[in-house]
Amino acid sequence: MAHSDLVVTLLREPGNAANLSTGEWDVLVRQARHADVMGQLHARLSDAEQLGNMPEAARQHLETAWNLSLRHRLAVHWELLGIADTLAPLAIPVVLLKGAAYYAAGRMASRGRLFTDVDILVPKGTLDSVEQVFIRNGWVPTHMNAYDQRYYRAWMHELPPMQHARRGTLIDIHHTLLPPTTGVRCDAAALIAAAQPLEDAELGVFKVLAPSDMLLHSATHLFYGEFDRALRELVDLDQLIRELGAEPGFWPATIARARQLDLLNPLHHAVRYTHLLLGTPIPEEVLRTALDPSMSAVRQRLLDALFLRAFRPDHASCNDAATRLARWLAFVRSHWLRMPIHLLVPHLLYKAVIAPHKEEAAAQ
Amino acid sequence: MSEGLSTLYPDFELVGEDEFIDFHVSVASPAGVRRWIRPQVNFSFDGRVPFKPLPADQAMPMLEWGLNWVISNHAHQYLMLHAAVVERDGRAMILPAPPGSGKSTLCAGLVNRDWRLLSDELALVRLTDGLVVPISRPVSLKNRSIEIVRGLGKNVVVGKACADTGKGTVAHMRPPTESVRRMDEAVHPAWVVFPQFIQNGELSCEARGKSTAFVELVHNAFNYNVLGLAGFNTLGGLVEACDIHRISYGSLEQAYAAIDALTRG
Repeated sequence: MAHSDLVVTLLREPGNAANLSTGEWDVLVRQARHADVMGQLHARLSDAEQLGNMPEAARQHLETAWNLSLRHRLAVHWELLGIADTLAPLAIPVVLLKGAAYYAAGRMASRGRLFTDVDILVPKGTLDSVEQVFIRNGWVPTHMNAYDQRYYRAWMHELPPMQHARRGTLIDIHHTLLPPTTGVRCDAAALIAAAQPLEDAELGVFKVLAPSDMLLHSATHLFYGEFDRALRELVDLDQLIRELGAEPGFWPATIARARQLDLLNPLHHAVRYTHLLLGTPIPEEVLRTALDPSMSAVRQRLLDALFLRAFRPDHASCNDAATRLARWLAFVRSHWLRMPIHLLVPHLLYKAVIAPHKEEAAAQ
Repeated sequence: MSEGLSTLYPDFELVGEDEFIDFHVSVASPAGVRRWIRPQVNFSFDGRVPFKPLPADQAMPMLEWGLNWVISNHAHQYLMLHAAVVERDGRAMILPAPPGSGKSTLCAGLVNRDWRLLSDELALVRLTDGLVVPISRPVSLKNRSIEIVRGLGKNVVVGKACADTGKGTVAHMRPPTESVRRMDEAVHPAWVVFPQFIQNGELSCEARGKSTAFVELVHNAFNYNVLGLAGFNTLGGLVEACDIHRISYGSLEQAYAAIDALTRG
């Protein structure tokens, strides 16, 4: 097996564990660490009853990652309680997104996963009061320089991240799923209206996106994102599809919803690449549906060449020239999608030329 | 670098082909001008560079610091205390202390008497059985302790001293061959001794309460917060199993006498 595909292959076929050599495990553990999927890999190998089929030293690393993920769950729970206390007086709908939502809703996608921050979605009209109530309760805005503040507030779908002064934890406050500068007319109010309550009474302040919306957001985040944790996000998608896709009526509802929210393109990518790389079960009729009618055969081939490489872990064992190029192109593509050219060029120039000077001046 | 490795690591076996390696690390010159002009080195952990570069003559200390960082940030199958550990007659003594309290010097002194070195920096307490696992790497010495340890005996090998590091002048003592050879022998912890060197000080030694010691060790641990309940239980077991003391001393001779009295008494 090519070393560059070890971790992807084992995620897809955990039953393969016993066939790997010690040297392959050595590479695999490092790929999993770089891609931040070691806990998720542990969960899959555990489900497939393969934890006994690997060198003890490798198992140790996977188990440590799994235990760390259990610890993260406790930390996320604790953090959510703090956020719930802070937001309760506002009596507004608060929708959890991404990892915190997978955890709070008890989704399989949260198993083994690490959490870096909590993402919430609130109605756009409440942003000011939400920001104020966080500041009054111990959160501090990051990215304090004027350029970054304007970048977020004028062009992005979220406020600059805020950090809790004592706990050091981060929160991202979103008002929609995609930067308005992408030109995608994603209707955040419809997402909030369809959001579902949580069973856990302690977390009663929060809701999570309805199943179709949860998948669509996860896909949007990956395929409009910077691709720096691409494999981890693909594993999230795979796990969501395995769980939610089994519900009757899920696929027709999701396709209709994607059409309504202008998100057919990321849904197309999510279906294609989870299926191709991780063997995610997708119904035959969904695979045959042209989810994105603008996708020509040539364009699809080009995107395949790009994505199938860019999902590889950013690790020396995968870093041939073509993969490095693919990763870079995926990064460029994300910026291209997120901003029209008349905004993108000045932004990149600022980040490349002016920001380093300012940071240096500030450091001195 | 190769001189440092051959001085400090001669007793370690090389890894063979197709073996599993816990952590791949390197210390290497960066590309570009700093390879040649005022040369620098970078520590990297499997392709990631967690620290700023250091002057090239600090390559050896950088490797040791980097290894400590990698282990203390990843080896969560252990409760990790910032402590030296030595063993005699199958029982381990843990010496937890902040930097500058003389822990490494005392550790070097003890292992040049009749104690076996488990570690001068990281007490690895296994979560599954509470035993202390050896990681017998070079002992890190700073400033005046370098000369003191060089003077301990003719078997003592101390590598080249490196001046003007972030921690002053630094050198490392080669771990005794016996300690390296017995690296897979885990040990029951029997004593926790908090050492404090005081220049020209008098010897004093007092027993410590278990609950106070527990709290002190929580602050001393690298990963207590990561381990949660498992960390609480492991540390509880350790404190239960050990006699706990605090000693302060003005010379190694005083410390030896106090430790002999505690551990043979």
